[in-house]
Amino acid sequence: MSRQDARLARRGFLFGGAVVGAGALVTACTSNEPPAAQQSAAPSQAPAAVTDNDRPGREVKIGFSAPAADHGWIAAIAKNAEEAAKRYSDVTFVPVEPTNDINQQISAVESLIQQKVDVLVLLPNDGEQLNQVARRAMDAGIPVVNLDRIFPDKLSYRTWIGGDNYGMGVAAGHYIGRKLKEKGVTDPVILEIQGIATLPLTQERSKGFEDALRTYGYRVTARQDAQFTVESGTEVATNLLQAHKKIDAIWNHDDDQGVGVLAAIKEAGRNEFFMVGGAGSANAMREIQSGTSVLECTVTYSPTMAGSAVKLARLIAQGRGMSDLVEQQVPQSITLASETITKDNVEQYLPLGFES
Amino acid sequence: MTETKARTTARALPGTARLRLGRVGETRHLGLIVALALLAVVGLITRPENFATSDNLVSILALASTIGVITVGMTFVIIGGGIDLSVGAVMALASVWATTLATQSYGPWVMALCAILVGTGAGLVNGILIAYGRLVPFIATLAMLVAARGLAQRISDRKTQLIRPENDAIVELSTTRVLGLPLLVYIFALVVVVGWIVLNRTTFGRRTFAVGGNPEAARLAGIDVRRHTMLLYAISGFCCGVAAILIMARTTTGSSTHGDLYELDAIAAVIIGGTLLTGGRGSIIGSILGLLIFTVITNLFILNGLNTSDQLIAKGLIIVAAVLLQRRGLVGRRA
Repeated sequence: MSRQDARLARRGFLFGGAVVGAGALVTACTSNEPPAAQQSAAPSQAPAAVTDNDRPGREVKIGFSAPAADHGWIAAIAKNAEEAAKRYSDVTFVPVEPTNDINQQISAVESLIQQKVDVLVLLPNDGEQLNQVARRAMDAGIPVVNLDRIFPDKLSYRTWIGGDNYGMGVAAGHYIGRKLKEKGVTDPVILEIQGIATLPLTQERSKGFEDALRTYGYRVTARQDAQFTVESGTEVATNLLQAHKKIDAIWNHDDDQGVGVLAAIKEAGRNEFFMVGGAGSANAMREIQSGTSVLECTVTYSPTMAGSAVKLARLIAQGRGMSDLVEQQVPQSITLASETITKDNVEQYLPLGFES
Repeated sequence: MTETKARTTARALPGTARLRLGRVGETRHLGLIVALALLAVVGLITRPENFATSDNLVSILALASTIGVITVGMTFVIIGGGIDLSVGAVMALASVWATTLATQSYGPWVMALCAILVGTGAGLVNGILIAYGRLVPFIATLAMLVAARGLAQRISDRKTQLIRPENDAIVELSTTRVLGLPLLVYIFALVVVVGWIVLNRTTFGRRTFAVGGNPEAARLAGIDVRRHTMLLYAISGFCCGVAAILIMARTTTGSSTHGDLYELDAIAAVIIGGTLLTGGRGSIIGSILGLLIFTVITNLFILNGLNTSDQLIAKGLIIVAAVLLQRRGLVGRRA
């Protein structure tokens, strides 16, 4: 019996040692710190012109709540917001733990209300479900800057700022339509790779794309949905490339899943078509800049909007307006244009691109 | 009639479970092959110009490779009477760990080794918790699913980590073709062959059936059931590590979003393949055929421009149909 125990103990010891050893070996590999030189070469927000509004004003406390970042775009939202806040000596930035749980986000916003922040910037997980708590903030006299996903009730926010999903589809449609018209293609094969099909934003993007293409007399040949993830992009693109032996153009809704789409295209060795991306990730921009990729263009849905939202929140709390406008107060709603990035202007956008 | 054969191949097993297994395996595989053939006919009729091209068949195999490798490990675990819910998350973790800037600085071989070590390590943790910590497999691997996904997000800072150009050797697994097939399909085939041999031609394999069929009897027959159980989860983890290399090759990235719901796809493939969820019976070939059926369905739906929701419905129906057939087969045999 004791021999047995000893054997077990020795084996356990050896085994434990092996596990610890392997652990030590691999922990050395989890660092993701880029070398210092690289880090400084990647500014994430272009310096804006200094206006009167940038001069320090009344001290303000800005509360911030957004979903947990399971996607490069959302991660960039939090980063942009924080960086914009850091630029101002008069801003105290109070972010709460990001979460994908509606319940938790509601209580996080409640805690911000209790802390009596001067203004709130909210990107809700779901506008409908966070509407109540945003309304409570407004009722408590805290202005809410609603970021991107809109609250249904106008009493729940002071200002809305967000992207234009329909416009994104339109921009992609125009780029593809114009280019194919120039080439004189009559019956082009145009493919569309969507994000998550059930989301209203995806449906708006598709509608805009369809409407813009129609003005050129074109239509979408085939449409498939992916999940906004790299892997789903690869799977859908692999199959789509099999289904269509000759393609003229592809619009992929999202640059994050676009990494996977490009991997599938590379694997299949196809290059008879051109592709348009969506959102505006740094990676997509580098592909466009290289000039050798099928990815020629991307239409923005830029997370820099979070930086703008924080700036607006500051102005609202300080009672200032936007200096370029005649009005004394910040507007009630701002829809950002979806900008088209091609090889010609990519230089100018690269600093704004988000790492996916 | 074939009792002698049974006795020689399954000395450690109580009764003639092994004999029944052989027969069930054959007929069930026949059903799967017929199903696959039917799908092929549908493909040939609906998209004659696209379906039967070598290119399309290659891409079906390439798509099946990643989950295929995981399915092999899953088959071992389920035959051994367990379940591994953590496979997708462990694969994601391994892909992220292997693509951090620090790991990438050591080159492609270390990246591959890292993926396999992380996968096997996570599998071992599962195995130790289940075999020696007496946790229910469902709970232990569920905990691993959540924790591994979290750790993957933590390490990657929820970003998609691209494979750097100097480590393109990994990506070449998917872009380099030998005899018309990408290298990763060969890796998949190798894992299947090795898995098949281990399961069907070694003591380890026979013990796996014994442990899953009746752990108490296996213990009395002198098998160290706990150690064996632990090793089964380590095999599953190892397979996740290999799968991580394949997904890195296919997508050129490591990401915490990789392998979402792979556990369900792998379990479904194993069940369709005729492996009993209660353990003790099953086959790797069946699991792979089950997986191919799923992959071909996805391919057919996209070739025909149908939407994803209908595809999910079709997959659900197939799972139910397969299990119903399985049960009828069992009842028929007992009567």
